Amino acid sequence: MSEVIEKAALTSKDFANDQDIRWCPGCGDYSILKQVQTILPQVGASLENTVFVSGIGCSSRFPYYMNTYGLHTIHGRATAIASGLKASRPDLDVWIISGDGDSMSIGAGHTIHLLRRNLNVNFLIFNNQIYGLTKGQYSPTSEENKITKSSPMGSIDHPFNPAALALGADSSFVARSVDRDPKHLQEILKRAHAHKGTSFVEIYQNCNIFNDGAFEVFTEKGTKKMHTLLVENGKPLIFGDNNELGIKLDGFTPKIVNLNEGNSANDLWIHDESELMKASLLVRMFDDPAKEGAMPRPFGVFYQNDRLVYEDVMHAQIATAMAKPGDLDKLIAGKETWTVN
Amino acid sequence: MSATIEKLSDVVIKFAGDSGDGMQLTGGQFTNAAALYGNDLATFPDFPAEIRAPQGTIPGVSGFQLHFSSNEIFTPGDNCDVLVAMNAAAVKSNLFNLKKGGIIIVDTNGFDAKNLRLANYAEGANPLEDGTLDGYKLYKIDVTKLTREALADMAGLGMKEKDRSKNMFVLGFLYWMYNRNMDFTINFLTEKFGKKPEILESNIKVLKAGYNYGDTTETFMTRYEVPKAKVEAGTYRSIMGNQAVAMGFVAASQKSGLPLFLASYPITPASDILHDLSKYKNFGVRTMQCEDEIASICAAIGAAYGGNLAITTSSGPGIALKGEAIGLAVMMELPLVVVNIQRGGPSTGLPTKTEQADLLQALYGRNGECPMVVISTSTPSDCFEVTIEACRIALQHMVPVMLLSDGYIANGAEPWKFPKASDIAPIEVKFKTKLDEGETKFLPYKRDEKLGRPWVTPGTPELMHRLGGLEKQHETGNVSYDPENHEFMIKMRAAKVEKVADYMPLQKIEVGAEKGKILVLGWGSTYGSIKSTVLDLIAEGYSISHAHVRYMNPLPKNLGDVLKNFEHVIIPEINSGQFIKVVRDKYLVDAKGYNKTQGTPISKTELKEFIKTNYSK
Ligand SMILES: Cc1ncc(C[n+]2csc(CCOP(=O)(O)OP(=O)(O)O)c2C)c(N)n1
Ligand code: SF4
Ligand SMILES: [Mg+2]
Repeated sequence: MSEVIEKAALTSKDFANDQDIRWCPGCGDYSILKQVQTILPQVGASLENTVFVSGIGCSSRFPYYMNTYGLHTIHGRATAIASGLKASRPDLDVWIISGDGDSMSIGAGHTIHLLRRNLNVNFLIFNNQIYGLTKGQYSPTSEENKITKSSPMGSIDHPFNPAALALGADSSFVARSVDRDPKHLQEILKRAHAHKGTSFVEIYQNCNIFNDGAFEVFTEKGTKKMHTLLVENGKPLIFGDNNELGIKLDGFTPKIVNLNEGNSANDLWIHDESELMKASLLVRMFDDPAKEGAMPRPFGVFYQNDRLVYEDVMHAQIATAMAKPGDLDKLIAGKETWTVN
Repeated sequence: MSATIEKLSDVVIKFAGDSGDGMQLTGGQFTNAAALYGNDLATFPDFPAEIRAPQGTIPGVSGFQLHFSSNEIFTPGDNCDVLVAMNAAAVKSNLFNLKKGGIIIVDTNGFDAKNLRLANYAEGANPLEDGTLDGYKLYKIDVTKLTREALADMAGLGMKEKDRSKNMFVLGFLYWMYNRNMDFTINFLTEKFGKKPEILESNIKVLKAGYNYGDTTETFMTRYEVPKAKVEAGTYRSIMGNQAVAMGFVAASQKSGLPLFLASYPITPASDILHDLSKYKNFGVRTMQCEDEIASICAAIGAAYGGNLAITTSSGPGIALKGEAIGLAVMMELPLVVVNIQRGGPSTGLPTKTEQADLLQALYGRNGECPMVVISTSTPSDCFEVTIEACRIALQHMVPVMLLSDGYIANGAEPWKFPKASDIAPIEVKFKTKLDEGETKFLPYKRDEKLGRPWVTPGTPELMHRLGGLEKQHETGNVSYDPENHEFMIKMRAAKVEKVADYMPLQKIEVGAEKGKILVLGWGSTYGSIKSTVLDLIAEGYSISHAHVRYMNPLPKNLGDVLKNFEHVIIPEINSGQFIKVVRDKYLVDAKGYNKTQGTPISKTELKEFIKTNYSK
């Protein structure tokens, strides 16, 4: 009983520590840190059982600012390190913090394998569509033609669509949120934490130094409502300045319809997080917002599915084998021995 | 008329045939039968580089060399007394290694026009008929035909299945020739094919047919007997290097009370350790086959942080990939064992061949000044103890340790007088679980008498801390860019590795006097060749000794003194001269190398020749 009270007594301040925060003033990372610190006490996290594992990048400095256990590791490998930690210590609450370069460029190989293995961890990708720490080169999520230090005539790389990539790797939880919408972000973080399996959360994060305004159209008053689609389980897909627009499925093709023009909300696409096929279409709504007739960009939980978790199966196999525990003497002797007198 | 029996003290047999001919199994069976009989022995399998190299070709030849003896022996032997060749390619690729006057047993069926062509014999040439094999004792047996005849009444079996037991005929024949009992193999077959009675019956039939063939055919007038070896009393088993590494890890896990966590990515010749440990789940072993070698070491680092005995196994190319993460483990000062079963390099190199060419990689192959403990194994059975020792050092000194073995040790076998579990020393491990008396703040990089730092695993209340690859401030472990602190920490990490020398045995002389004219200094798999060379030369009146180094970094504290006791130091290595660089650098001795990089072990014959040519008694 007293333990429960003690845990409930933790506040977001308890999750912060005395280290100076080194992000640029105005960086979107501050908001994400704050939302994580806010939800942890709410979801009943303890300081000692929580571990933040990050790679390298501005975003990856995150663990230093948490009063929990933490590892700031090497570029791209947080996923792999966290996998070993979680597989061997299923009791821990493991969070992975990564950037778009960290998780989808140098660490892309590990990202997809983490997702297919489905360890029960929370995987937060701070997507600022740029390499922040190395001062502004294009990243694997930067848009085509982007002018950066390493692409003075425009980037010739085609970008990844992170949510589609995650779903393609059979991620059991795929969501998107944004630094500028604290309430939404908190909600998504709580959902990620509640999901048993790898929770892939792409967070649009503004790098005000090297890629300022990259997500402005999704966050600023004038454009936000026309360009974002907040999806909620069981609810129709509705957006627009006055919630007058909806999305309807015409076969496999999503179409925008106007609810004021005789269309009923009942005919719209109803979001169902458990439906893989529909989630596959949803994550493919990835138009350049500047394009004429662009589909709005969805935010929220796109897909959630409970499937077997790697560490559970690993330890179940061990438990089965341990029903007949090994004998070291027998192991060493092997099957055939001979004695010399 | 019965054959006469000739007594021999020492026999080397090379089994060679197509990958599909089952030569590894045949060799393995004869080995175990010899071991059970009481011979001393050493073996060396010689795999083709490709799993399915074209049948009948030279690259497709798979070999297995067995040396068994009534004396104590240390190597699988340089040249063979007997060559068992299942086809023309096997003769072509192994004849050079057969002693003059040696025995060749061939399956004549493997010498038809097609096989001769595939083995690159000139049009019309056939070694069985054209005098190529004059000067050898050639036994021509149509093994295929005789096998089929032996199985004539087994209508349920197809021709292909029948032919698959050809190797049993050869094995049976050799059992007859060396006067051995077939029980071991019959038991083995019974266990293996218990559920397939037809296959079991056919294999046993053919095995016996091979034996009886020797008995009844009057062509073979001599049988041989290799008496038991006079070895130390005790109970023995046959052991291969990789088996011993896997068991050593299980033993270390049991003796430290920590769960073993292996993360690995398959690579020749290290994969067998992954296979073995994956079977040992009944010892609580956790194994994870990762997506690559980087993920493997990273997963192991995560597990080490979580309080496991964490290990990763690979070979040279994989170790190259792990370099950056080893640096992280050095910075975070976590216990970890990295196993490198060396193979021929660079790049993909010679995957199935042996080499000792990753020593400098182990010592220096990382960015920044990144010292780690490096320990090496010298024989298959030695792997067991060395593996436990690697774990002990990692866990007690809070350092990553590199364990070096190689393909020769990994796949070679020898008898092993194995220890009792209760005789293996416990490995004491300390976790820090709370602040000590008088401590007000947890200092993750505060050092103990071994210069190690405290091991605190997540889940421990009040001791939350962050680790990482950025330079650490002394004691607090906070990120620090202070120039003086950086230099201090570089020296500290080096001193910490150096400190391990206080907790390990001094270098001893393996054979020969403590002081003398020549010291042959070795490390790793050259052990057997050096030891037998030096024993022979001592018998010939040389003033020569052998010392074999296990601890490559730090080196034993007395090694410099050992070297000073000799006028000449010779360092044989299966590389172009790596350990010699370290020895020359550290001790300023004018050591001479004997080096070879042909993917094969250094033989006693060549080493002896080298020493006799260049040094006098
Ligand atoms: C092996 C290695 N290669 C390159 C780097 C340099 N580097 C550090 S962070 C980074 C990119 C960071 O971008 P991202 O992951 O998007 O993180 P952000 O800084 O934008 O948060 C690079 C290239 C490194 N630290 N290690
Ligand atoms: S460079 Fe960009 S991402 Fe990095 S701290 Fe500054 S604003 Fe944030
Ligand atoms: Mg970035």
